[in-house]
Amino acid sequence: MLRLILRRLLISVPLVFLVSLLTFLLQALAPGDTARTILGNTYTPEGYAQLRQQLGLDEPLLTQYWHWLSGALHGDLGVSPISGLDVGEQITTRLGVTLSLIVWCTVLAAVVGVTLGVVSAVRGGALGRLVDALSLVGFAVPVFWFGLVLVTVFAVTLRLLPATGYVDPATSLSGWAQSMVLPVVALALAPAAVIAKQTRDGMLDALGRDFVHSLRANGASERSIVFRHALRNAAIPVVTVIGLVFVGMLTGTVLVESVFAMPGLGGLAVQSTVQHDLPMIQGVAVTFTVVVVLVNLLVDIAYGWLNPKVRAS
Amino acid sequence: MLRRPVAVAALAYLVLVVVAAVAAPLLAPHAPEATDLDHVLSTPSGLHPLGTDSLGRDVLSRLMYGGQVSLAGVAVAVATMLVLGVSAGLVAGFVGGWVDRVATWVIDLMLSIPVIITLLVVLSVVGSNETAAMVTVGVLAAPALARVVRGATMAVRRETFVAAARVAGLPTSRIIAGQVLPRVTGPIIVQAAIGAGGALMAQAGIEFLGLGVPPPTPTWGGMVTDASQVVDQQAWLLVPTGLVIGLTVLAFGLLGDAVRDAAADRTTRAPRSRTQLPVVPPSTSDAPAPDALLSLRDITVALPTAHGMCTVVDGVSLDVRPGETVGLVGESGCGKSITGRAILGLLPPGGVLTGGAVYLDGEHLRTPKAFRAVRGSRIALISQEHVGSLDPVLTVGHQVDELVRRHHGGSRNTVRARTLELLASVRLPNPATVARRYPHELSGGMAQRVAIALALAGDPELLIADEPTTALDVTVQAEILALLRQLQAERGMAILLISHDLGVVADVCRRAYVMYAGRVVETAPSATLFEEPRHPYTAGLLDCSPRRRPPRTRLAAIPGMVPEPWDRPTGCHFHPRCPLATAECMTGEIPVAEPTAGHRTRCLHHTDLAKGEDHADVDVRVLAGD
Repeated sequence: MLRLILRRLLISVPLVFLVSLLTFLLQALAPGDTARTILGNTYTPEGYAQLRQQLGLDEPLLTQYWHWLSGALHGDLGVSPISGLDVGEQITTRLGVTLSLIVWCTVLAAVVGVTLGVVSAVRGGALGRLVDALSLVGFAVPVFWFGLVLVTVFAVTLRLLPATGYVDPATSLSGWAQSMVLPVVALALAPAAVIAKQTRDGMLDALGRDFVHSLRANGASERSIVFRHALRNAAIPVVTVIGLVFVGMLTGTVLVESVFAMPGLGGLAVQSTVQHDLPMIQGVAVTFTVVVVLVNLLVDIAYGWLNPKVRAS
Repeated sequence: MLRRPVAVAALAYLVLVVVAAVAAPLLAPHAPEATDLDHVLSTPSGLHPLGTDSLGRDVLSRLMYGGQVSLAGVAVAVATMLVLGVSAGLVAGFVGGWVDRVATWVIDLMLSIPVIITLLVVLSVVGSNETAAMVTVGVLAAPALARVVRGATMAVRRETFVAAARVAGLPTSRIIAGQVLPRVTGPIIVQAAIGAGGALMAQAGIEFLGLGVPPPTPTWGGMVTDASQVVDQQAWLLVPTGLVIGLTVLAFGLLGDAVRDAAADRTTRAPRSRTQLPVVPPSTSDAPAPDALLSLRDITVALPTAHGMCTVVDGVSLDVRPGETVGLVGESGCGKSITGRAILGLLPPGGVLTGGAVYLDGEHLRTPKAFRAVRGSRIALISQEHVGSLDPVLTVGHQVDELVRRHHGGSRNTVRARTLELLASVRLPNPATVARRYPHELSGGMAQRVAIALALAGDPELLIADEPTTALDVTVQAEILALLRQLQAERGMAILLISHDLGVVADVCRRAYVMYAGRVVETAPSATLFEEPRHPYTAGLLDCSPRRRPPRTRLAAIPGMVPEPWDRPTGCHFHPRCPLATAECMTGEIPVAEPTAGHRTRCLHHTDLAKGEDHADVDVRVLAGD
């Protein structure tokens, strides 16, 4: 268990540094620099040089990185040269929207996926084919397109839910819930399909194992065999998949936030990309990476908790 | 692979997309940017087969031209992924050592980078540059491919011919190109197909966000953006674009699946349904023996095989009296384990009890419910798999507790006390310690003792022991057999011992049934079976048993093989391998003879066998059928 966590940290910590360093180095390759971006098309060489000095851009790249890094470790991610907004502040205000989207989505996908997977493994037949079909659909349907279809059906045609926008839960809890339904469903389709498939495969594998035969032969109840034994065994790979799915949802959220005009990190990332707002995109990249690292750590802990062989080592 | 209709359809669709995109200038009905302001946002019509967008541009034509961008992007991504992934995987897998460790570390590292973020970072630096984006997608997809190639390469490297090539001094590059690469092509194609689907999806996403090729050049993702701006006016516009993206991604995925399945060569798909409980047909004329605890009468079981449903157990009758230990012997594939499963009403998936009856204490078990009611409480099972027959994720104590609670109920404390008692009764030292252990922390012998404790939880009257010692060390075998004998004596429990080993059966059982190719061929008290076998198959089995042979003599083996269930000969199933076979053996049913009371044999020549004092002298090869 400890080894597993150490191994994960051995990858995670360098990962955060690597992502931040790479984004930093990429900026150096960028045509034009932040100073030029701020000054726009009309500037004097003197003004430019002065601004560069002011921003520390005339220092060697590694020194610049060191400044950024020591700032970042103290929670200071710099200031956007485009909007003049504090990067850290922007990220903290928007992180909540994105995280609540992803967390609710994970919950929904896990509940639907595990239920479908278990039922289809136990019942087989048409439900089994449904899960197969769903996993194909989840694989093939673009998340942004599915979001638009949901908007067309539930907002434009049926007028049941708001098409876009986000309501702060502090303002109106019901408004918040309504604004979350379509994005969460749109984002949950693919993960639910992946989880359903993995659960089904895991359950079928577990139900075919010798210990299940022994349990049945010695009188264990079918309910206990399915839920206590098979599901617990199948849960080990499912947890891994849920972790992967969570990371994949970071990609999905960028698109879904764009479709539903949600003020999350994804929207910020796209906006910063369009505007070449490098300090902002760097902050977002590091935040996303830290989220990935934490989720992977949680998955490892859950994995060890479920799998006694790992826990012992 | 091309025999699979899904794969053919996927391939045909992809070919269609490629042709439509490449030949767009020739085939497209309109120019991609030509506006037709008389037909803005039209639904499909003769003029515009897939309708028009808000500027009156033809959707079909734009999809065809957009395909050029999409396919070029996918090609760039897949090429990047192949170059990086294959070379990294081959090197890591083939060279091994620290190179492999570094490569694995980098692969793990890259696999945890969120794709979109890297893409956005790259795009924020280089601006809207679709080629750069697709190269990035390829780079990010490479680790997954490298991992697969590495695994496959390592497997190939361990094989003898590659080792031989290395010893022979063939240069590494030649070995990789000549020996390794052809063998890992399958997994590479599968990953490439998955990567292509992912790349297309990523590309559509970038275009949707407006970060790809700038308008007015048509792109598939960009067309979804166009549609999104008019969903409240013309929802149709979403349909063609979404379908094209979805179907293309799907086609890549299905193609990958088909290649993988073809490589795995799954000729028969595993039956999907859960263990089917047999429906017991009406009893045959034979009544159960009045004094028997368990009576099987003419049990016939059919199982699904590569050759359709086949009868694997063919009219087996046997009796076990209360407290009696009875053996069921035969080579693997003779149907003895399936007979054991039929007694429990737990045939493998798809298996059907097609005839005969199971009686327990004279009661005919007909329904799944009747079988369920006796499992564990009256009939229990231990199997060959010792560690495998325990749930790996629960402690021993929890597993025994569950069955104790199921059969006896009671509070948590009484249940646990009974569990510890059971663990002590199978002679496990420190039951309390063992109860806290997980199955992987037990030795084979200990695990088998726990399995026995589990079977005893419901105080069964009959224990089916299916090859209980086969997978254990010889010394442990003897201990487990001794334990079974003790338990049998203490509890007055009957045991049906299923084994391929006549020696084990002779050790423990009073009587035994010998099975061959689905039928019981001989039954007698164990001692009689040993001294005077009346079936040539039993005689042959005895010759195979090292315990029976004087030291330093050659161990005989029965020539030929047990026939597969779909390949069983008519007449006596054993005749192709039998030294005594004659023409009569090859046709018709062989009647059961009873030379002495309680000694029955299904052999026409059993008297000849009795005459030949030392049956081992029969030269089994002379008359062997094959």
